[in-house]
Order: sequence, then structure tokens, then C-alpha cells
Amino acid sequence: MRKVFNIPGGIHPPENKHQSNGVPITIAPISDTLVIPLSQHIGAPAKPIVEVGDKVLKGQLIGAATGFVSVPVHAPTSGTVSAIGLHPIPHASGMSGPCISIASDGKDEWIEHAGISDYTQLDKTQLLDIIRNAGIAGMGGAGFPVAVKLAGQPNKPVKTLIINGTECEPYITADDMLMRERSAQIIQGIKILAHIVKPEEVLIGIEDNKPEALAIMRQAVAGENMEVVEFPTKYPSGGEKQLIQILTNKEVPKGGLPADIGIVMQNPGTATAVYQAVVHGKPLISRITTVTGEACETQQNYDVLIGTPMSHLLNLAGFKTAEANRLIMGGPMMGFALQDYAVPIVKTTNCILAPSQDELPEADQEQACIRCGMCVQACPVSLLPQQLYWFSKGKELEKLKTHNLADCIECGCCSYVCPSNIPLVQYYRSSKAAIREHDADHQRAEHSKARFEAREQRLIQEQEAKEAKRKARAEAAQKAKAAKLATAELVQNEDAPTNKDDIIQAAIARTAAKKAAAKTESISDDPIQAAIERAKAKRAGGSIAIETPEQKIAKLEKKLAAAETKFIQAKETGNDKLAAFQAGIDKINQQLADAKTLLSEPQVKAATTDNNSDGDASDAIARAQAKRAAGKAPDTPEQQIEKLKNRLHKAREKLALAEADNSDKLDAFRLSVTTLEQKLASAEKALSESAEN
Amino acid sequence: MAFLRITSPHTHAPTDTSTVMRLVLAATIPGVLALTYFFGAGVLVNIIWASIVAISCEALMLKARGYKVSFFLKDYSAIVTATLLAIAIPPYAPYWIVLVGTAFSIIIGKHLYGGLGNNPFNPAMIGYVVLLISFPIQMTSWAAPINTLPDQPANLGIFDAIAVIFGFAADGVDAFTMATPLDILKQNSSLLVSDVWAANPQFGRWAGIGWESANFWFAIGGCYLLYRKVFTWHAPITMLIALVFWSALFYDGGSSASGGSPMFHLFSGATMFGAFFIVTDPVTSSTSNRGKIIYGGMIGTLLYLIRMWGNYPDAIAFAVLLANFTAPLIDYYVQPRTYGHAKGSSKDKVQP
Repeated sequence: MRKVFNIPGGIHPPENKHQSNGVPITIAPISDTLVIPLSQHIGAPAKPIVEVGDKVLKGQLIGAATGFVSVPVHAPTSGTVSAIGLHPIPHASGMSGPCISIASDGKDEWIEHAGISDYTQLDKTQLLDIIRNAGIAGMGGAGFPVAVKLAGQPNKPVKTLIINGTECEPYITADDMLMRERSAQIIQGIKILAHIVKPEEVLIGIEDNKPEALAIMRQAVAGENMEVVEFPTKYPSGGEKQLIQILTNKEVPKGGLPADIGIVMQNPGTATAVYQAVVHGKPLISRITTVTGEACETQQNYDVLIGTPMSHLLNLAGFKTAEANRLIMGGPMMGFALQDYAVPIVKTTNCILAPSQDELPEADQEQACIRCGMCVQACPVSLLPQQLYWFSKGKELEKLKTHNLADCIECGCCSYVCPSNIPLVQYYRSSKAAIREHDADHQRAEHSKARFEAREQRLIQEQEAKEAKRKARAEAAQKAKAAKLATAELVQNEDAPTNKDDIIQAAIARTAAKKAAAKTESISDDPIQAAIERAKAKRAGGSIAIETPEQKIAKLEKKLAAAETKFIQAKETGNDKLAAFQAGIDKINQQLADAKTLLSEPQVKAATTDNNSDGDASDAIARAQAKRAAGKAPDTPEQQIEKLKNRLHKAREKLALAEADNSDKLDAFRLSVTTLEQKLASAEKALSESAEN
Repeated sequence: MAFLRITSPHTHAPTDTSTVMRLVLAATIPGVLALTYFFGAGVLVNIIWASIVAISCEALMLKARGYKVSFFLKDYSAIVTATLLAIAIPPYAPYWIVLVGTAFSIIIGKHLYGGLGNNPFNPAMIGYVVLLISFPIQMTSWAAPINTLPDQPANLGIFDAIAVIFGFAADGVDAFTMATPLDILKQNSSLLVSDVWAANPQFGRWAGIGWESANFWFAIGGCYLLYRKVFTWHAPITMLIALVFWSALFYDGGSSASGGSPMFHLFSGATMFGAFFIVTDPVTSSTSNRGKIIYGGMIGTLLYLIRMWGNYPDAIAFAVLLANFTAPLIDYYVQPRTYGHAKGSSKDKVQP
């Protein structure tokens, strides 16, 4: 016998399973109208591909998957699409969601479909495609797309495949009955799953309160490379993390996935769906659902089409509206109350619980927490619920974080045992939402701060550029004045300078000329920098015209000619400013060379001319900077595709993580994955087209 | 139809706070009966009198604080406090001792700190310490156990007890009090432990007559609560282990300087009553299992320290109150390792 491990905490609520597991699974008659929500899974909703009035056949694709983490939906029976639009869906908030309604024609006519006679001939990708196209989402409750979970990650080999037949929630017997009646299908499904993930071992975990299922499954695995593991009944042993701990004594690391420790877990219902999809080519259009609670005359399991209104199923079970005090999808511990019984059965509906008032009475008034610690003893993930309760009441979000509120699985054990009737889980849900909100606010604030600081920085830079420009202009003017003066001097003093004032004037002029030269040099030092400076200056100054390189060169050539004339004159007269004139000529020559280089660089020219033509200085700055930063050849299409693939892989990983955490950024991740997929597709298309050409 | 809009869980265990409190009260019965047998009806009179005072104070405070009196009185917490305090008070202490102590426990020790669940100190022990410090004579005059005084073969009946407590009796309480074994052993400086035993009629098999029985029956009541999972073993058992450890470490076999054997300490004074009814008060103790071990161990250690080298013969109240101070800090630093977290990872957190 395999050793099983204990989890901390846990509770033993009344099981209430006998009411519904005494009768065999009944196939529910088809409802007149079926309502198929487009989102029955974690991930992007499916996209309708039929229109109102279309005839559809049983098993026909009616909603296509819209991304990697998404699954399609199929028509559960033949008929006519009667509506596409919002309809109440089973959701804790009681909201409506996009659905496709089908008016059944009563013929229940299958679309042409074929299974695979020998799936072992197919490789992993092909099988995953079949599973994805069959619309299979985890049927244990969360509804995570099965193909995504099975795809795994290349660097994380699967050691253990676990089939979760725990069904620890009170009342629910859907998996129990499935294991009793359809064990062969489950085993076939498990074999396909094992063929896909290639685990070292396959474990089927079943609580000891299901002796019939245990016996049948033990018989069914005879000769197979699988093991049925029995372990003591305790809620919440069926939680994914908890069952992993029970069977392997390993813990899924915080923020991680079971795949990180080499484990993949699936539900028996999912295994059956995989079997149906692969061997018979049937998509997921029905499931086993327990209908129970004292407000139902007959409590039993139904094999029911997805999309069947719950009212239809409740009518079959002899539901007495007056006696029910609430309607729950799922079990009494983690199920959520429905607001409308017209909502349809979805892929994750394992149970409809319609309890009477006596059965599940409303909670008594909340009393003071006496810190009795019963919640601590009951918590399966070793939190300190009463501390979390204090911090929740006091809105101490930091302390809630350090006390690991994020690790709470909301199993409800603490609320269940609390002698003061404190709705602890509700406090935690509220606090989790408050933390999410707070973090989002914080992020927004950080973002605004960064933006504000960037703006401040930009304004300062603009101011500085303006100042520099102004200085340069002033100096240029001074230099021009000095040069004029020098020329005048030359003209005046054909002989040696005699006037003392003139000598001083000349000295001033020389210094100014040098300064101006130095300034011009520094500005034109880096052509791109110059472009940026000009663009900035233009933006700051507005009215100051920017020279094109051609204009600049023309100007400089003119200047050079003038300077050379002066130099020759000075030489002839034996003027002592000869050296200064020589230096001036050198400078102008250099500037000229710089300007020519500038002109010869097409990129920069483009930037400069663009800048002139559209006048958007900031664009020019951005482009110039980007060019400077990049400065290398663009990627080949192959490289681009490779990069996109990398990014897509990362994005998917993030998405999977986010899904595991039920992060509120889920939509953002989904969007990024979808965008990347599209990009990748178009890049690949482009590549193939170019290859054809 | 309109269904209830409630989030999970939808079901609840049948226990509630008043059930817990009633269980605690029920568990004191064997110990209280033992005390009554050995020390007379004064024990019962005190309990009833304290309960009346406690309910009155509780009602008064609930009303003053704007709570619904009838709903919150039903949690039995005031009666539990009163009972625990009354058990600790000498059986024939004057009525105003119980009155002052209980009123202080409920009004100041409990409600002024925010009421049930918010008080940092054990209310019963706060009341007890206030009395012990303010009225040391009355608080240390314990009745002699049955058949230990030559002229007092039986203990007082209920009416005599009422007369003594409320001051109608001719004889004062002095007529039938005796030093407690813990006190005698503490004062002893010349006799061997065996001689002390021989010289004083109130010593029994392991400790004092009456005391050892009461301790035994309180332990039985405590085990019942353990069985009913009202509290966990961590704090009380660690406290007893700590007490045994220190008393065994310092026990010299019975010299004149001896502080008493481990068995003497286990069955003297309020050891068992303290371990199972005071240390386990959930409101004022640590909450995590490891935290409770530290908390209980601390009380056991302080208990022995004060009994041996402090000024008071028994020390449950002081030890518990000192440990109450540390409980929030213990809770902060001793968090259990949450699922999926690496060992010791809960240490890298913000400072309190």
C-alpha cells in the first residue's frame, strides 16, 4: 500500500452523499432550448461562428476559440440558432454573459465525426489539437483549458499524473457515480492523457468514503500502469494543492504551478471527455451533474447536455420552489449561490444543490471573535485566520500580505468551524479585493509619478536648450561684430597698428572669435546631437529657422572665402593677427567638413528634413535617439519570428500563472497573448509569402 | 423567485461561542466540587455571588456601550470570568472582595479594553491581582481543609458560609484559616521537607490535603475540554512540562532549602486550574500552535521562578499576566509556515 500523507487542518462536515448516489446516472431528456455560454472556461471567451437562424447539428462547432488559452463550444444537440446575445450565466455575481441559444429540433442528429482508432500513432501536438478542438476544459470546477495544462513546458518533465477522484465537497457525487459506472472510459482517457504527458507514474486518488468507486476503479486499473490510492476522508482533500500534498508530500511552491514540481492533475470527468474526443471524435457537449438538496424530490445524477437550463433539470428532479432557501452551483463549502434558475449547465457544473431552510439554515448573527483558534486548527494551508480577520477588519493591508492572505484557498473551513459565526471567508475575499485595488492604485500612482517626472525633466532640458541657443546667438552676433571690427581695422591700418585702443579691440575680437569657434565646434561635434539640439531649439524657439545641411554648407563656404581673403590681406600687410586668421580658417574648414558629413548621412538627413517638413520636433528627437540607440541592421523575418515566439511563450507562461492565481490582470495577459499570436501569424505569413516570391 | 445571495461556505458547524463557554463551565464542576468538599460551601457562595455581580456589570457595560444586552449576555463569557475568579478567591473572603474583584474584571479588565475578544489581559487574573495587591490579608486567608483543625471536624454549610462572607457571623474568618502548603514550604528555612510534612496537618500524599484533590479534578475537567477540542494541548501541557522541568532541576531531594518536588508543584496551589482554565483563555494567549508552546513554556517557567524566588507563594496570576504581554509579539513572530512557502520564509517581513 502506498503511503499517503496528512494535510494540516481540514474539517469533517456531514457528507450528505448518500441522497444522490443510490440511483444510477440518468440521461436527462433534451430541453427545448439550450443556452451555451461562450465562456465556460478560464481564458478568452469563444467567438460565435454561427448566425441566428442557422441550422446546426449535434457536435457542430458554434463558437471558435480565440486564443491559446481558450476553448471552442459546440452545439449540444441539433436545431436552430435562436439567439446570440447576453443571457444569465452561472456566476457568483449573477451577471449575464454572451451565449448562443439553440432551439432543439428534437432529432438530436449528430454531425459527421470520426475518432482515432489508434491514438498511439499520433504525437503530442496532434492529440492536443484534438483535445483543444473538442472544447475540453477542466471539469472539476475551475474550467482551465485542458490542452494548455497538458501542453506543459518543455523544460519541465511530468513525473506524476494524478487523477483527482476525491470529490471532498459534501453532497456532490458526480465523479463518484462516473467512476462507478464508466470506469473503462476513465481508464482509456487516462491512458491517452498519459500518452501525452509521459509521466513516470499515474495515481488515481479517491477518498475512503467511496468504497464502491474504489473497488471498481481498482478492478479497472488491473494490468494497467496506474495505481488507485485510497486516503482518509477530509475536506478539503480534493483541492489540487491538497491532493498533491496527500499523495506525494510535495507542495506547489508559492506562486507556482503543479507543473513546477512535475505534477499534472486532471479530473475523472475530464479523462472521460478526452476519451470521447480522441476515440469517438465527440466534442464536450454533456457532463454528469448531481442534482441534490431537500428541495428536490429525487436526488440523483444526470448525464445532461451542456446548455440545459437548470430549471429543466430541477423540474426533472421534482424541485419544490417554496422549500428551497437558495440555489447553489457546486457544493455547500465552495459553491456559489445562483440568482436565477434559468442559467444553463456549463462544463464546470458538477452539482446543483437546492437545500431546504432546515438543511442549510442562514447563518446566525456574528458574535465577537474570542480568538479560540479553531480556525487555526482547521486551516489546510496553515494560515492564522483569526489574525487575518483582525487585519481585515482594521484594513491593515500590509499585515494581511505578510500573513499570506494571498495563499488562502477560500475553502471555507475557518468559517465553518467559527463558533462566533464570523463569515471569515467573506472578510478575506473583501480584503483580497481591497489589496488588488490598492495595488492597482499604487501602480497608477507610480505611473503618473514617472510621467510627471519625465515631463519635468523634459521641460528643464528644453529650457536649457533654449538658453544655450540664446547664448550661442548672442556670441555669434558678438563674433560677427568683432570680425567686422577686425576687417575695419585692417582697412584702416594698412601699416602696423599704432593705436593702443585698437590693439585692445583686436584682442577682444580675437578672444570672441575663438570662443565663437569653440562654441560652434562643440555644437557641431556630434551630428546627431546637433540634430537633436536643433530640433529642441526649434521646438523651444518656434520661430527660429533651422538650416538644412545644404544651407549650412553654403554659408560656411561663403564664410571660408571671406576668411581666406582676410588671411591673404593680412599676409600681405604682415599683420600680427595672422595666426588668429589662420585658426579661424581652420575652424571654418572643420565645420564645413562636419556639415558635409552630416549631409552624407542619409538617416540623419532624413531626420533633419522630416523635422523641417512636418515640424514635429519631439518626433525628430525620438527618431534620432532611437537611431543612435539602435545603430544596427534590422532583424531578418526569421529572427523576428523567433523573437515573437519567445515573447509569446513568455506571455503564455505569465497567463498560466495569472490564471492559477486568478489574477486581475488576466485580461491584460490574455490580450497580450492574443496580440502576439496575431503578430506571429502575420510574420509567418509574410515570411512564407516572401519565400514564395 | 428570489434566492439568498450568500457567498460560500453555505454550511456551518453546530458549535457556537456560548456552547464553548458552557463547556468550560461544565468542566470546572469536578474541581469546584472537590474544593467545596475540602474547603466548604464558601466556594459555591463565592461563585454564585461573583456570577451575579458579573452579569450585572456586563449588562451595565453592554448597555453603556450601546450593544444589544440580551444577545450578548447569552455568550456566557461573563459567567466564565466570574467563576474562574471566584474559584481563585479564598472561600470565606468578605463579600466586597468578590464584588470589587469581579467588577474590576468585567468593567475595566474586559469592557474598557473593548469587550469580549479585545482584552489583552485575562480579566479574571486582572481582578485577582488587583485584590491580591490591595487586600493581601483577606486574599491570603485560605480556609483550612476539612478535618485538619482540631475543633472544626466539618466544613461550613451553605448558610454559615453566607453568614461569614456577608459579615453576619460571630466568628471572623480567622477562626478557621490556615497557611497553605505552598506558603509553609516557602517560609520554611530550617526543617527538612519530611519534617515539614510531619509538623503540619494540612499536608497530604503529594501536596496539601484538598489541594491535591482539587488539582486532580481540575485536570480531569481540563482533559475533558481537550477531548472536546475546546483548546489544544500545546499551552497547558507545555506549561506543566516547564514547571516539572524546573522543579525537577532544582529539587534536592528534600533539604530545608528545598522548593518542593515536581509532584508537589503539580498538585499545589492553582497549577492544574491555571493550566487548563487560565492559560487556555484564547483571547489573551498566543494563537499559533508553536506560539502556544512558547506561551505555555513561559508561564510554567515564570510560575516556578515566582513561587521559588518571588514574594508570593503562588504565581499563576502574575505569570499569566506577564505572558499576556508577550502574546501579541509571539503571534507576530511565530507564524506557521504556509503551504507552498519555503521554510523560514515568513521571517523576511516588515517590522511591526
